[in-house]
Amino acid sequence: MSEFSLYLLQQLINGLTIGSTYALIAIGYTMVYGIIGMINFAHGEIYMIGSYVTFIVIAGLMGMGIASLPIILIIALVVAIFISSTYGWTVERVAYRPLRGTNRLIPLISAIGMSIFLQNFVVLSQGSRDVALPPQITGGWNFGDPSLFEVSLSYMQVLIFAVTFISMTLLTLFISRSRMGRACRACSEDLGMTNLLGIDTNKIIALTFIVGAALAAIAGLLLGLYYGVVNPFVGFIAGLKAFTAAVLGGIGSIPGAMLGGLILGVTEAMTAAFFPSEYKDVVSFGLLVTILLFRPSGLLGKPEVEKV
Amino acid sequence: MSQLLLDVNGLTMRFGGLVAVNGVNLKVKNRQIVSVIGPNGAGKTTVFNCLSGFYIPTEGSVMLKDEQIAGLKDYQISRKGLVRTFQHVRLFQKMTVIENMLVAQHRHMNTNLLSGLLKTPNYRRLEKDAMNHAAHWLEEVGLLEFANREAGNLSYGQQRRLEIARCMVTQPELLMLDEPAAGLNPNETKELDELIIKLRDEHEISILLIEHDMSLVMGISDHIYVIAQGTPLADGNAEQIKGNADVIKAYLGEE
Repeated sequence: MSEFSLYLLQQLINGLTIGSTYALIAIGYTMVYGIIGMINFAHGEIYMIGSYVTFIVIAGLMGMGIASLPIILIIALVVAIFISSTYGWTVERVAYRPLRGTNRLIPLISAIGMSIFLQNFVVLSQGSRDVALPPQITGGWNFGDPSLFEVSLSYMQVLIFAVTFISMTLLTLFISRSRMGRACRACSEDLGMTNLLGIDTNKIIALTFIVGAALAAIAGLLLGLYYGVVNPFVGFIAGLKAFTAAVLGGIGSIPGAMLGGLILGVTEAMTAAFFPSEYKDVVSFGLLVTILLFRPSGLLGKPEVEKV
Repeated sequence: MSQLLLDVNGLTMRFGGLVAVNGVNLKVKNRQIVSVIGPNGAGKTTVFNCLSGFYIPTEGSVMLKDEQIAGLKDYQISRKGLVRTFQHVRLFQKMTVIENMLVAQHRHMNTNLLSGLLKTPNYRRLEKDAMNHAAHWLEEVGLLEFANREAGNLSYGQQRRLEIARCMVTQPELLMLDEPAAGLNPNETKELDELIIKLRDEHEISILLIEHDMSLVMGISDHIYVIAQGTPLADGNAEQIKGNADVIKAYLGEE
């Protein structure tokens, strides 16, 4: 392979890595939108909390002298999912549920308020500076021609792919096979009718927030380990990117969120490959605008018909 | 012998200054088909919305088996055994026929999330029971062979029947059908006619019907209520309604 194609391959790997975490976060946006037609702007903060919890748990366990990395990571994952889901559920309970049935704009403003609240809550409790964690998973494979360009695929990237893939598979099985998943799909098609069939839709909505938060926590753990730093403001930009991914793929569609995340990640990596990396946001949001101009409902979304 | 299932007294619904329904009384006994007819805009659907909990009636009482249900939430009312369909089909279009039937049984399958993930024997048994129950009703309405088809791909008449089947798996005592024959061809209307009679005679439930198709209404109703401009106009059996001068006037205008 030529130097150029090896370079592209490297950027593709990097892009898919970031893209799969965008996809994990994007699912939280898209599921909530699919059911209650609301953008949960506090979702990025849930991801950020997931990252913080991961750091705290890892530091704590290492302080206790536990040396086995897999055990540390599994405990961190479980705790991060549990705490983020609790936050996700609580946010829905206190900030959105009381506003259900009102004008669409009102929960949106509440969501922005919740986002600012959580951000500042973390600033106050954890400080506003970057918190760093030494790399836990190092090394990787190098291939390609060392004299031309060496492509590296780190173990961390492989972990990100694997965990994302497993999470997505579990989610798909849950949605398509389980009784609760069936109820979720029913809610996203016709919330009122689902309610009329005697299903407690508030429970299903709460479950949606919990599932979305759990996936965001997984992304928080993965990206936290990948970058090695976290601060209270990472949720904002990650949330914005994931939201973009959800809209790109067609908000309300779960496969759309997965696809949108990957496309966005690869686009960013490819842009960074040829232009100064500051331009990557310009290109990715430009891509969003372009797609929305030609397909307003996103790549896999269905056109929204206003219900009368 | 036949007990009173639904007893509506003085039902009134006001939207601001507009009186949509004014003092409507309805009685439905066990194993009875009761129809509500009236010109367009008479307030028939508003009555349904009040009974099923979509609206909270301004005045009046709605007794279901000696229990006041006016003011309850829609899902609470449906849990008490009063379920309804809508003028337009409201199926879960992207889900298969059988999934539509299973969602309707969601609350009867009292399992938790964990047992669903682990597929415990109890969960399997409940899922199997729900499947059998769904299949039974699909057979009753003649849709068993379409069980794995997406609901949105069924013909209109089939979608109508699926809606009724989906209501029936929730084990209602009173089924309220809002213009079930709208948009059906004569053949499909006849099938619907037979289905409704079968629901009463074999499955022993009561049906409250809003319908414009007079041949359907006159042919199957045990009792008919006529509403015009939100106010009760007449009630009686088919013969009495056909001969009622007020009803003829409301439908055809003054001579």
